[in-house]
Amino acid sequence: MRTYETAEEALESPEYNEALTELLFQLADDDFLLAYRGSEWLGLAPHIEEDVAFSSINQDMMGHATLYYKRLEELGEGKADDLSHLRSPEKFRNAVLLELPNGTGNYLEKPNYDWAFAVVRNYFYTLAKKIKLESLKTSSYVPLQHTARKVLMEVNYHLMHWETWFNQLIQSTEEAHKRMKNAIDQVWEEFMGVLSTGDKGDVMARSGIIEDEETIKKRWISKVESVFTQSGLHLKEKPQMKSGNGRNGEHTPTLESALDTLSEVYRKAPAQGW
Amino acid sequence: MRADVLFEDMTEEEKYEHFMDRIDAGEKIEADDWMPEDYRESLIRLIAMHGISEIMGALPEKEWVPKAPTLHRKLAIMAKVQDEMGHGQLLLRVAEDLMAPLGKNRENIMQDLFSGRLKFHNVFHMKAPTWGDAGIIAWLVDGAAIISQTMMLTTSYGPYGRALKRICAEEVFHAQHGESIILAMAEGNEEQRQMLQDSLNRWWTALLMFFGPKSKENTGSSHQDKNIRYKLRTKTNEELRQEFLTKYVPRIWALGLTIPDETLHFDEEEKLWKYRDPDWNEFKQIVTGNGPQSKERLELRRDSYENTRWVREALSSQKKAAI
Repeated sequence: MRTYETAEEALESPEYNEALTELLFQLADDDFLLAYRGSEWLGLAPHIEEDVAFSSINQDMMGHATLYYKRLEELGEGKADDLSHLRSPEKFRNAVLLELPNGTGNYLEKPNYDWAFAVVRNYFYTLAKKIKLESLKTSSYVPLQHTARKVLMEVNYHLMHWETWFNQLIQSTEEAHKRMKNAIDQVWEEFMGVLSTGDKGDVMARSGIIEDEETIKKRWISKVESVFTQSGLHLKEKPQMKSGNGRNGEHTPTLESALDTLSEVYRKAPAQGW
Repeated sequence: MRADVLFEDMTEEEKYEHFMDRIDAGEKIEADDWMPEDYRESLIRLIAMHGISEIMGALPEKEWVPKAPTLHRKLAIMAKVQDEMGHGQLLLRVAEDLMAPLGKNRENIMQDLFSGRLKFHNVFHMKAPTWGDAGIIAWLVDGAAIISQTMMLTTSYGPYGRALKRICAEEVFHAQHGESIILAMAEGNEEQRQMLQDSLNRWWTALLMFFGPKSKENTGSSHQDKNIRYKLRTKTNEELRQEFLTKYVPRIWALGLTIPDETLHFDEEEKLWKYRDPDWNEFKQIVTGNGPQSKERLELRRDSYENTRWVREALSSQKKAAI
């Protein structure tokens, strides 16, 4: 299979470039939105040690999003800051699961956030992220191979972190167990959106940018199956995508309000230095 | 110390004398060393207040973490607020060791915060309504903190001094991050410059208050004399405030900003900054939980603490099961 060493090479093939930018937006927007949701937890985590660790992870994820936006910048899609702060919601390619709020309330006022949801969403997402990154290590787009290797180094630590939380809470008090099961159900309803590579997925796989969706899904499901078995849980039917496929620009209204917050200051004067 | 008498056989007075000899000789006191209850209490008050201020201090800046204008600023402010939480954790660990012989722990610190017994710095009771405030906090509040914490580096209590060494190193980065935000806005358009000036106007009095009253006449109580005797600190509140003014007033002026105090000037004869004294009654109101944003911040902290109680219970039940 042909490899593309630089952005210039990728740009010579419009079909390749289209699938590549699509995937980069998926990767960037996933991390951008989940890092944002994580940062809303700042100062509210169950204990101070976790506040420090969680904010470190969110910072890493925001950094990963930045790396992908920079790759898009190289491909002529526009400035990384404009891509992250000025696109309209339907242009975002993140999975719906990652835009959903942490619970009820607002991060500044009466946040009634659900730690079980944070743990399950982050754990399952990080599992999927690692599987995708492993696949990207042999991507036909060489700059993406480099990014994937860099990101993987940090993701391995994130995975250990969330795995520990998941196991500790699922095997603990009755209340914790119940809350975790509720959170799993909630995450399950939308998780297929994380595993989807969207309408352009076939081209991505055919041109070797990332492996096909079915392979990624199988790996993820088999991993989650073993996690469930260890915890005495049962894998139900396949995960769903109840609120639509974010990879194709389908989103909930919560994305729009998230983007309003994220871009509140930048929008005042995007041309200015900040 | 009388070499022929074992330490544990000494009377309380002798122990106290020995302790003060160590203080006067510039020795560092460690967590397991004998110390007068008065010294222990002063330390707990000081360090718990410092630690909880770092944690409560994360809240006004947290408001601006998601809203930080660019990816670069988002990353920088995330790192900064994470550092502040880290400082809080480091300091609470130091305080916890001091509290252990009294049968107290972190839960007591949190409950003291919620009940208002444990105070936190006046600056963190203030509203931070714009991105300009995020800049002013990082530049000037952290700048003020560097001045008071650098003075404490030589503190007689070893564990506190060591924690401060690390904290000070990180605070320098914070102040640079703040200065960079301020510079970008000062060089920006009219709206950005106005936003910055408004933030400075909002924060100026709080910054002067940060160092505390000149003397106990201003508030009715002050621990600074005792803390100096124990060599927990080496300078007075006013000396620190003067250092702050010397360092920052010229820089603020150089940016073309106006300091909202027309009486502010450097008196060449006295070699002192003259400024309009803040209203120390207001200060007292603020630090006792009646500041503009005190109630909201405490509620946020208390609600989230209650909200995640089930998590801490789950973790401690596991710990018990493991034993």
